[in-house]
Amino acid sequence: MEILLQQIINGLVQGSIYALVALGYTMVYGILGLINFAHGEVVMVGAMLVLSSLTAMLGWGIPPVLALPVSVMLAITGCMALGYGIERIAYRPLRHAPRLAPLITAIGVSIVLQNLAMMIWGRDYHSFPQLFANTTHSFGGAVINDIQIIIFIMAVAIMAGLMVVVHHTRLGRAMRAIAENQHAAQLMGVDVNRVISITFMLGSAMAAVAGLMVSANYGLAHYYMGFLLGLKAFTAAVLGGIGNLRGAMLGGLLLGLIESLGAGYIGDLSGGFFGSNYQDVFAFLVLIAVLVFRPSGLLGERLAERA
Amino acid sequence: MISHFARSLSLAAATLMLLGCGKSATTEQNASADLVVRIGASAPLTGPQAHLGKDNENGARMATDEANARGIDIGGRKVHFELISEDDQADPKSATIVAQKLADDKVSGVIGHMNSGTSIPAEKIYSDNGIPQISPSATAVAYTAQGFKTAFRVMANDAQQGHVLGEYAAKNLGAKNIAVIDDRTAYGQGLADEFIKAAQANGAQIVAREYTNDKAMDFTAVLTAVKSKKPDLLFYGGMDAQGGPMAKQLKALQLDAKFMTGDGSKTPEFIKLAGAAAEGAYASLPGVPLDKMPGGKAFSGRFVAKYGPIQLYAPYCYDAVNVMIAAMQKAGSADPEKYLAALANISYDGVTARIQFDAKGDLKGGAITVYQVQHGTWQPLYTMAANSAAAH
Repeated sequence: MEILLQQIINGLVQGSIYALVALGYTMVYGILGLINFAHGEVVMVGAMLVLSSLTAMLGWGIPPVLALPVSVMLAITGCMALGYGIERIAYRPLRHAPRLAPLITAIGVSIVLQNLAMMIWGRDYHSFPQLFANTTHSFGGAVINDIQIIIFIMAVAIMAGLMVVVHHTRLGRAMRAIAENQHAAQLMGVDVNRVISITFMLGSAMAAVAGLMVSANYGLAHYYMGFLLGLKAFTAAVLGGIGNLRGAMLGGLLLGLIESLGAGYIGDLSGGFFGSNYQDVFAFLVLIAVLVFRPSGLLGERLAERA
Repeated sequence: MISHFARSLSLAAATLMLLGCGKSATTEQNASADLVVRIGASAPLTGPQAHLGKDNENGARMATDEANARGIDIGGRKVHFELISEDDQADPKSATIVAQKLADDKVSGVIGHMNSGTSIPAEKIYSDNGIPQISPSATAVAYTAQGFKTAFRVMANDAQQGHVLGEYAAKNLGAKNIAVIDDRTAYGQGLADEFIKAAQANGAQIVAREYTNDKAMDFTAVLTAVKSKKPDLLFYGGMDAQGGPMAKQLKALQLDAKFMTGDGSKTPEFIKLAGAAAEGAYASLPGVPLDKMPGGKAFSGRFVAKYGPIQLYAPYCYDAVNVMIAAMQKAGSADPEKYLAALANISYDGVTARIQFDAKGDLKGGAITVYQVQHGTWQPLYTMAANSAAAH
């Protein structure tokens, strides 16, 4: 029983990170119908920026209480600028091109960012400084530490905040309008370019926070970390219904749970025939099953149809 | 218009001049009939193991640079060594492409690959092209078991290493219930299998056998499953990029078991990644500790001054290049056909070991050292001759 509880905790923590990254994919898809494959790399850049600014500031003798928020703000600003830049340079000129063109550009941007990060930060792993005593809490035989609790609460708060922005602000209304019909929105006086830029910046800001979470949780950052994370988050977004914000959150949490429960029990359930090496296979099997029976994902596809 | 034309013309001229300069500089250097010998090197220079791959490249480059500075004669001709370094991404598919490219480049020999999973598919291509291949770090038994005459390695294999580790865990550490995780690569899986054989032979029980992959970062699910089996020791077969975070997550889950791993995780990076959780972890590395070897200390001093801390296999790469050069000198030729026999029969004192190959291309004799993290650094605990295990 305590093992089941522990696996659920593992899954929820991992899943909330997936969900946060998945939101970035889904927001862009909802509005532009574009899969921004460079999003995983933005997470990586966010982690790297937090880490290098934090290390620098701690080196100058600035107390962690001040250094952490400042470096997080720096990373968020940096990632927002990066998100804006990616959209402006790589996607906007191709907005009316065939759908394949921006997809290939997205993969190109991802490779460029990865290699740039390798040149700037090197091939080494960077370790995340231990800022405060990370107390471990134990209940019912399962353990969870402070960082994991903070990750979960922060992720939920950010997702709630995003829902408020999308459903209860002028900006959100503009986003939904563009998702429904770009031309009509433009005729109604919505500044399409500006709203799309802001969408990218919002997604990138969340990516920066996700980057912080990943590197704080695992205690490391590496130029390659964005690739697999991006792939998993994209899967989560498709699982929930790409373009659908609630779907991304549900998909992320679900994927985290499927992975941890799958890896934890598949060996025992199959009598040792399948091992935990099938962890990823398991997650993708669920994805295929969902897509076969519900091609538009668990909660349906586009942002606007649900809003 | 004219100014535009003039500008592009002058740019073209400048480019030509630059190209010309570069060209004449290299030809001048080799003008005195220097023989250019190309040595290929391959390791993952991108991806999760890029830091180890770069370390390999640096080790090989230092050897060729030193040989060029020293001035080497082969068969009465002065030789200039050129290192061609290729990225195999630790991926078996890429490794065969790299091997074909190196063969097409007419290299005289290859230092690599870094991983067993890449060295094994590449070796047939080198063999078909008659190119001697010395892997600095491929430890899977299968690497030299395929019968290719061109494949050598300068490191003890996994049967020897797994044997020492398994025996150490069961006998010296008194582990009774052991959990084993590997990364499903040729190296990780092979080492884990050999470890299990030796541990069981010494009376330990394997209570869990779990898996991950060489790109994973999160092991909490697998470790939680392992925790329910209450092991007193966890063995991981794989590289530091997974080993470090795994050791950390082990502690975070309050799984009270000793952590043990092989050469792939015996790096400063492992300690960095695991943080405080690294303390007390065990790992092995073929060879005796570098500072106990004649010339070992001097080598690490020169290396650190040039490239920074040694990650893992740089000394083995350095030795691999030097043993290849020594064979060329002995044969009086850099022609693979001619120096291959000399390489098979060489005896060379390297910085990691006295290098002699057996009939399969494995390192003769050799030793394996078990290390433990104490006060944030790897400290050698005990060295065992690998010979006793070679029979397996």
